[in-house]
Amino acid sequence: MTGLTGFQAWAAMGGYAVFVWPAYATALVVLGGAGLFSWARYRASLRDLDRLQREPRER
Amino acid sequence: MGPYRALLRRELLLAFRQGGEIGLALGFFVLAVVLFPLGVGPEPEMLRRIGAGIIWVAALLAAVLSLDRLFAADYADGGLDLLALSAMPLEGAVIAKCAAHWLTTGLPVVAISPFLGILVDLDRASIGRLALGLLLGTPALSLLGAIAAALTLGARRPGVLSSLIVLPLYVPVLIFGAGAVDMGIAGGGVRAHLLLLGAISLAALPLAPLAAAAALRQALD
Amino acid sequence: MLTYLANPARFMRWSGPPLVPLAVATALTLAAGLYLALAVAPPDYQQGESVRIMFVHVPAAIMAEGVYYVIAAASFVALVWRHPLAEIAAQAAAPLGAAFTLVCLVTGSLWGRPMWGTWWAWDARMTSVLVLFFLYLGYIALVNAFDDMSRGARAASVLALVGVVDLPIIKFSVDWWNTLHQPASILRAGGPTIDVTMLVPLAVMALGYVLLFVTLQLVRMRTALNVRKARALLLAAPSRRGGATAAGAPPDATPVLR
Repeated sequence: MTGLTGFQAWAAMGGYAVFVWPAYATALVVLGGAGLFSWARYRASLRDLDRLQREPRER
Repeated sequence: MGPYRALLRRELLLAFRQGGEIGLALGFFVLAVVLFPLGVGPEPEMLRRIGAGIIWVAALLAAVLSLDRLFAADYADGGLDLLALSAMPLEGAVIAKCAAHWLTTGLPVVAISPFLGILVDLDRASIGRLALGLLLGTPALSLLGAIAAALTLGARRPGVLSSLIVLPLYVPVLIFGAGAVDMGIAGGGVRAHLLLLGAISLAALPLAPLAAAAALRQALD
Repeated sequence: MLTYLANPARFMRWSGPPLVPLAVATALTLAAGLYLALAVAPPDYQQGESVRIMFVHVPAAIMAEGVYYVIAAASFVALVWRHPLAEIAAQAAAPLGAAFTLVCLVTGSLWGRPMWGTWWAWDARMTSVLVLFFLYLGYIALVNAFDDMSRGARAASVLALVGVVDLPIIKFSVDWWNTLHQPASILRAGGPTIDVTMLVPLAVMALGYVLLFVTLQLVRMRTALNVRKARALLLAAPSRRGGATAAGAPPDATPVLR
């Protein structure tokens, strides 16, 4: 039980939880989002390039 | 001096013949200032405190609105190509155009500012500082604006884009210009503000045409 | 090394292998930093636990400004030496810089709220970052404003250089403005000197952010080069494709903000 209340105490951030967690969440969402987005575009570009490079030879 | 004067004269003639253009920017300037008391209330106390800021912001917006006059028409009808091919360096052409722009936009703003100062209940000394600040700062607005106008030639929505690009660059001019008046009201020293305004305009005089000419060359390529 | 890597093919070869190690290093560093920031660092005697926001906010502020200087440097190289990758580097970095700036603004607001009672206090640093945010937006808008993307790239290079010259002046003027209209005393992070127990998590998070930037920058540059290559293939193959697809391909429109 103490483990859980210890966690709760930590999560409460001394009462500032409503500020601290959204701040970290924002960093995660914006930076993580930028990362995921960039990575997704990269994969798409690889697929497109691969497809284009293969096509002429298949003809 | 010949080609510069000729270009300046041409620009001024064009601006005056399309007389509405000068009036348009000026009209917007006055209207923008007038809107503020309508929005925030007419208390003289408060207007006096925010008056300088209002007038300066309106001046920035009026400058931004009139930027497309600088290069767009010449770009469209090939006059810009001719300028680039002429013996006069493109930087010089930019300076001449900026001078014309300032004479037809900045100077009228300076001239009409005392009346607007009255509208926001500024005292005589403050109006003096306002006008002097505008006199020192509006050249920078024309010069920096020329860079934005040149960069956005041929872009989609050049007007809005120039505004977005140039307004952050205008921030120091706004701060020192409005600050001069506000400092004066608060009883502090204004000389530093005015000197800084002048310094920015002076620094922009050789540098802005360089950037603007480079941008023009890109547009003409 | 700059000239050595100027060849896009060579850049692609060299930037491929480090990608995964960089990504792993980024993840590990950020994980360590988060642990230090959230669990190890002590609460501030004035700000309590809310000081932990500093660990995501300050590194973001550093990156926001740093990336702009990177863009300016790349733009300079692009304009002066016409280094083929410089423009790509600048355009790849811009949305990342804008992202860091956004994080800085939002976390700064959240950090300031318990301290100053308002969601936005016009202090000098945050105001400068706000103006910087618009510099980024203007840059990105300019790149994307032309049908001919290379024109947009070159125009944006000039804008970046103008911006980097003006940036110190803007910061100076905002500082000046802030002392003019001095609000109530602003608490600075951890007092005038940052305690070493704060410094280590801060440094680790900053390192993590830098690694994140480098990783994503490489990814975005590789993407841009791939897209270019794909476009070249599309445009170069009308005979094989019967001309229809090639004619339909847009002229070099590589959107940046994706």
